[in-house]
Formats: sequence, structure tokens, C-alpha cells
Amino acid sequence: MKRAEPFDEGVRGLRVYAFLYLAFLYIPVLLLPLFSFNNSLFIAFPLTGFTTRWYAEMAADSEMHAALLNTLKVGTLASLSSTILGLLAAKALARGGLKGASAFIGLTSLPLFIPEIVLGISLLVLVTAMGIGLSLLSVAIGHLLVCLPFAIAVLLSRLEGFDASLEEASRDLGENGWMTFWRVTFPLVLPGIVSSLLLTFIVSFDDFMIAFFLCGTDTTLPVYIFGELRFPNKLPGVLALGSTILLVSGGLVFVAEWVRHAGVRLKPHRIIGR
Amino acid sequence: MSGENFLSVQNVSKRFGTTLAVDRISLQIGKGEFFSLLGPSGCGKTTLLRMIGGFSFPDEGSIAIEGADVTWLPPNERPTNMVFQSYAIFPHLNVHDNIGYGLRSEGVPQAERDARIKDVLRLIKLEGYGERRAQELSGGERQRVALARALIKRPKVLLLDEPLGALDKRLREAMQVELRELQRELKITFVFVTHDQEEALFLSDRIAVMEKGRILQIADPKTLYEQPNSRKVAEFIGTMNVFEARVTGIKAGNARLASPVLGEFTAPLRAGVNAAAGTTLLAAIRPEKFSLSREMSPRAIKGRIAAIAYLGDRDQFRVMAGGSTLTVSAHNLGGANSALCVGDAVYLSCAPDAVVLLNQD
Amino acid sequence: MKTAVAGMTRLERVFQRSETGSALALLSPSLIVLVVTLATPMALLVLYSLWTQNGLSLDTHPTLAQYEVVFGRAGYLALFVRSIAISSLVTLVTVALAYPMAYFVAFHVKRAKFVWLILLNVPFWTSYLLRVFAWKVILGFDGVINSGLIKLGLIEKPLAFLLYNPTAVVVTLAHAYAAFAILPIYVSLEKIDRSYLEAAADLGDGPVRRFMRITLPLSLPGIIGAAVLIFVPTTGDYVTPTLVGGSDGVMIANLIQVQFGRVNNWPLGAAMSIASMAAVGVLAALVVQAARASVARIR
Repeated sequence: MKRAEPFDEGVRGLRVYAFLYLAFLYIPVLLLPLFSFNNSLFIAFPLTGFTTRWYAEMAADSEMHAALLNTLKVGTLASLSSTILGLLAAKALARGGLKGASAFIGLTSLPLFIPEIVLGISLLVLVTAMGIGLSLLSVAIGHLLVCLPFAIAVLLSRLEGFDASLEEASRDLGENGWMTFWRVTFPLVLPGIVSSLLLTFIVSFDDFMIAFFLCGTDTTLPVYIFGELRFPNKLPGVLALGSTILLVSGGLVFVAEWVRHAGVRLKPHRIIGR
Repeated sequence: MSGENFLSVQNVSKRFGTTLAVDRISLQIGKGEFFSLLGPSGCGKTTLLRMIGGFSFPDEGSIAIEGADVTWLPPNERPTNMVFQSYAIFPHLNVHDNIGYGLRSEGVPQAERDARIKDVLRLIKLEGYGERRAQELSGGERQRVALARALIKRPKVLLLDEPLGALDKRLREAMQVELRELQRELKITFVFVTHDQEEALFLSDRIAVMEKGRILQIADPKTLYEQPNSRKVAEFIGTMNVFEARVTGIKAGNARLASPVLGEFTAPLRAGVNAAAGTTLLAAIRPEKFSLSREMSPRAIKGRIAAIAYLGDRDQFRVMAGGSTLTVSAHNLGGANSALCVGDAVYLSCAPDAVVLLNQD
Repeated sequence: MKTAVAGMTRLERVFQRSETGSALALLSPSLIVLVVTLATPMALLVLYSLWTQNGLSLDTHPTLAQYEVVFGRAGYLALFVRSIAISSLVTLVTVALAYPMAYFVAFHVKRAKFVWLILLNVPFWTSYLLRVFAWKVILGFDGVINSGLIKLGLIEKPLAFLLYNPTAVVVTLAHAYAAFAILPIYVSLEKIDRSYLEAAADLGDGPVRRFMRITLPLSLPGIIGAAVLIFVPTTGDYVTPTLVGGSDGVMIANLIQVQFGRVNNWPLGAAMSIASMAAVGVLAALVVQAARASVARIR
């Protein structure tokens, strides 16, 4: 007769809890797509019928198109710049033993601990004082600030497993610094770079607070959505838009995380004794 | 209660997925015995130890201590304690609280706890270390704290999972001496897991040699060394010369054999060895049982030295004889043997009872 | 030196000479960004908090008048206390709910850990705005819960107390920040060497005592990290109180935003921001200290 192993007390309870928790995490968000196909102006039960007209309505909205375009522009700029800076920083930190490394990481992570409203208004104060004013560029700069910690975290975790002797071997075989980077370092770090680009893009894409304060007349998508929430007859359209965003960003995150966990093993295989 | 069956393992098996890690193992360990499980990586010795300790349950079989069945008891309810391979010293507690951890679990009042911890610290020679933390201790010190933490519970059986593996050679040898003295003094039953056969021979009252989930032989160190029951055990413990020999006759408890390596020679018969005339057996001889000489003597075989290794306390020779290579070792007492060179002709002989007869595998 | 290392340019040799030199070069762009977008604005904010808004013009004589207003008006203090109370409740609930989940993945998932982590991670990356909006829809008077309960015949009239009050804010924030709690707790649980737990069991502890004496103290850094990661940002959250808080669920951020919006009193807004950040920071530090001290007494 096989009994459960010791140390497995309470597993069954925990497993039930785990699934309930996942349901708690996902169900509220999954309601959005559910009602986006519902043929009713009211977001309530009972469901009255399947329709795609909210999607059609949303797809035809030119204001939404403009906001989407702006968001894409800002997102691309923010993700590229934060990934590049993050890569340089991670390269310096991954070497290890740098004094003040943890201080640096603490500093770059500070934006995560400052309430977004404070970040928003302080940047507002900055761009006003500098005379730059409200614009998509200002938004991109603000996004660079909040995306940087994510880029550094992702790239650092990728580079930390990097065997320095790979670069030394390349040097030894005759390549100079730049070519070594291009032929050895870059391909191995690529999954981390892709992951960072995707994740920082999503952070920028989803940001509301900073864009709210800094965007001026060219709105981004979250700011546009926030504005639409005041109109009850626009709500199903917003649902459709929101569901599309959720699907796309969810998919992107999935890809980003998969790429991050997969990819060539950077640490030499350790032979396990037992 | 017979001392022999203090710890009794009956027909225990354990499977991980499709691999059979422990295959129907039975053994009886006596009270106060220093018993070792010896074998290469993957032989199942640690799996078996963990089942005795309660960290995993067997798929078949039972385990009993002093007659009471403990097979399904969790570790906290068994009269056993374990010294882990990684020592598992709690990082958030100092030495004093680490050692006293199990006493708190029992509800021992503080005054008694402090007194017993003080005694144990003296026993392991770490007086005054009470306030230190794991990170401040060396490997050897951590090992002793792990030992103390287990011993203070006065277990009926102490389990040790390769506790000296992480220490360097000198420290390991010192700890081996301390461990043996400690065991003799406390008279607690020890079950010790190791892959180092010298360590097992030095420490143990009896050893179980294991391979692939099975026990090959259980015996005291001397018997294991002098009378291994199979080629596997013979070659696992120390170095052994093994070659084929054909039985030509049997007389008065001895067998007469013939082999190209040793010519015609005699060897004592053993129980379990099928020595009918005409069978081919294995003859096993330890390197130090040979006599090596430049001079010819009756029954000596002629050989040629192929290699010499100077090992400090002894010389080890590789000798070509009768188409095989034999390993011969001679203690470094100076004299004629130190003048031997590669290529020299030598004469080898050994006493009949130095030959161990084994069945072919 | 004529004998250069193969393939190195002169620029590289300059960097190579000092390890720290080259490291600093790589870190400097990020540091510049931090100085420009974080340090400078914060400094400006402090400056603003010392100025005064006179109608349409800005009086830049340094004065603590704004702080006197912030700490003087009873209404502001009450709002601050309510915000802290809401955030504390959110933090407690979120961390308490997340811990068993993280524990399950760390200790009881053998093969599909990777899948669970991604599943738990994905909500973290979805739009915060949309998640709050989802709750607005769920808790509304004509919303999902009410219409569902009516349809099932459990109630006759819709429940009005679900939305536009502090409870709605707490529920929404707890859900929105749930993902923030899981990862730090999981990481610290995962790091715990399983042999510590085996040793504790071996020495006589049952499952509950093992948890209290070993798992909990050793996972404390993760718990504290998660708590701070939730507490500090939620005190200053704007979106949730705006969408689901109504007039009863107003929090500090609403008040601050108004100063930069229609009221146009930037100095007061700046003073509110600095004061609340400082207070929250001090509170958080105190709670962390207290937590560490009480856990350190576990033997």
C-alpha cells in the first residue's frame, strides 16, 4: 500500500486553495471579454446574445486610432531606450563585485516605491520648469524612468549566468571588443533582450498615471479609455477595446516569459554527484 | 530484547519513477553498534538511511526499532536523529539555539536546556561558541554543531549521511578519530553512510556493502577485507588481484588449482564456493600478500616489473606474470626491494591461505 | 606599448585599465536618466512646496505655509488616516492571501513550476486601469454581481453598498495588487533549503511548529518586500478611488490631483505629496522594524 510521503501534510487543501486563487486572479478580468460580445448596452446578467458590433464600433473610432498610434510610438521609444540602458547597466553589474551595485539597483528601483501620482506630478513640474511642456516625448521620458527597473531586472538575471570566459575565448581567438560583443555576447543575451523589449513595451503601453499628467493634447490609449469611462453608452466599446488589449498584452507576456525561461543555458552544466 | 535486532529492516524496497533505488533489503543492527552503509553513488544507501529516519516511506517492507514498528512514523515521532550531509545548521539561530532546538521541541525547561547544551558543547570541544552564527563557523565546526544538535536528543539510533564528505583530508581523518571515540563513549547505535571505503573500515563494527539497491555483503571490516564474498566486493574494498584458475583436485579442505598466472597452487575451500574438479573459479590475492624477491624459490613464479610507484610508506609494483599484470605492494623498509627497477626479473610467491576463492560472476 | 593585445582598439585599452572605470561608463547613462527624471523633479517638488500660489502668480519666497495648511486642516489629516487605513488593510489581505499560493508553488509543485509562475505572472502585466474598470463593472448597481444575484433569485433589489465606498476600494486594490505579492514571497520561500525543514522535523517539530520556527522567519524578507511593495504605492493610488471609491472612498491622491488640476495650487499639492510620502515612508520603516524584531524572537 502506498501512502503519501512525509512532509506532504495539507497538500490537498493547498491545491484547492491554489486553484481558487487562480480563479480569483483571472475571473474578474475574463469578465471583460465575456461582456464585450454581449448584445446589450448594460454590463449585467442575463446575457442577451452574441454580437461583434462593439468591436466594429471600436475599430471604426478614429480618436481611438490616434490614441493607439501615439501609444505605440511612445511604447517603442520607451522600450528601446530602457532596454539599451538596462543592457549597459546589467553588463556592468553582472560582472559582480562592484561596490555600490546594490545601491545602484536600489536607486533605479525607487520609482516602484513612489506612488505614481507623485511621479506624475514631479515630472509635470520638471517639464514645465524646463519649458519642454506636455507632449508624447515627455511621456516617453517618464516611461523610461519607470521601465528602467524592469529592464535591468530582466537583463541582469539573464547576464548573471553568463560565463565570462566565453568572451575571453573570443578575444583569445583574435576578435576585438566590438566583434566579440556582436558574435558571442549578443546572441546569448538575445532572449533576455527580447524579453526586456516586450515587457517594457507593455509597461509603457499600460501606463495611465504618467501619461495622464504629461500627454497634453495627444492622448495615449489608457488616457483615452479613462476619458471614455464617463459615458455609459461607450462602455461596451471600451470593453471591446480592453479585451483586445488584454489578449494582445497577455500573449506578449506569455511569449516574453517563455523566451526568458527557455533559450540556451548559459551556465556550464554541473555534474551532479548523486 | 536481543541486542542483535535493535534496528531491524525487513524486505524494504523503494522506487522512484521507474528506478528501483532500494531492492528488498533486510538487515539487523545491534544495540550500540557502529554500522556503515558503504557503496558508490546511486547504490541506494542514502535512500535507505532516509527511510530509517522517516524522511521517506518504503514501497514495501518494514522498519522496527527495539521491536516497535516505525515504518510509517514521521521523523519527529521516531527515536532517531540525523546528521545531514549539508549539516543544515539553521541560519537564523546561533549555535546555542541550534543545538537546543530539539529540546525546545520537547518542551524541556530553560534551565535544564542550558545545562545540557553546555555539556554537549564541551563534548564537541566548542565551548564558548554559543553566540556564534552558522556563517561564522568553519566546515568542521559546523559538522560538530550538527552532531551535537542530534546527540543532545539522546536518540536510540544516530543516522549520519556522509557527514565528513565536505571536509579536507586532514580534518576528515581527525574527525574520524573523534567520531569513533564519541561513539564508543556514548554507546549509541550509529548508522553511517559513506562511499569512502577506508573511512568505513576505520570506523565500523560492521559494514554493509551496497550496489544498485542491493546488499552485496555484510561483515566486520577484517572479514570484508580478507574474505570478500564476490569479485565486486573484493574490488570495491582496496585493491585486489583477480584472475581465473581451474580446479584440478580437492584434498583435506583445500583445492588444488592451475592458472597461467600463478602456475599450480593450493587454496583453502570456502563455503558457498562451488569447487568441483574441472570448474573455473576466480582467485583473489591482495597486493601486500605477495613476497617479492630477486631470488628464485620453490613455487615462486617468475615475472617482470612493468612499473613502480613510490607511495611514501610503500612501493607499488606492476608485475607482468603468466600473461597478466599483477599489482604487488611492499612496505618501504629499505633493503633489497628498493633497488628494483622497471624491467627487472622478479620472483613472486604467496601463502596458500592468502588466496581467496570466489565464484565466477 | 607596442605589443598590444590582439584586436583591441585604443579606446578599449583605456577602459580596460580600470574595471571600475569601465563599469561606471556603462552605468552612467542610467544614472543620468535617474538624476534628470527622478532627483531633479523631486528637488523641484520640494521647492514648489516652499512657495505660495497667489491667484495666477507664483510667490517664490520660501515659506512653510503650505505645510502648515497640510498639517493644520483636520479634513486633510482625516483623509490621510483613511488612506493609510485602506492601504494597511489591502496590504494585510493581499499578503495573507498570496502567501499560501506562493507556498504551494514553492513546496508542492514539482514539475510544472514554470507554468504556474507564468500563469501567476501574466495578470501582473495586464493593464491596471482595465483591472480596476473590471471591478467597477462587477460591483456596480447594475453590475455583474447584482444582476447575477437577481437572476439567481437570491435578492430582489440590487445591493447599493458594493460600489462607491472604501470597501470597494479595498477589494479592487487587493485584487489589482495581488500579483505584486506573489513573486517576492515565492522567491524567498524557494530559497529555503529543504534540509532545514527535514532537520526541524527530525528534531521533533510537527508541521505547524516547523512552519512557525523555520519557514516563517526565513521567508520574512519576502513578506516584508511584498508588504512594502504594496503598502507604499497604494497609499498614493489615484485610479481606484476615482473609479470605484465615490465620495466616501476618496484618498490622498485625489486631493493631490485636484491641486494640479482645477484648483491650480501647485505648491499645496507639492507639500501634500512630500508630506504624505515622508509620513508613509516613516510608517513603513517602523512597521518593518517591528516585524523584524518580533520575528527575531522566534527560536
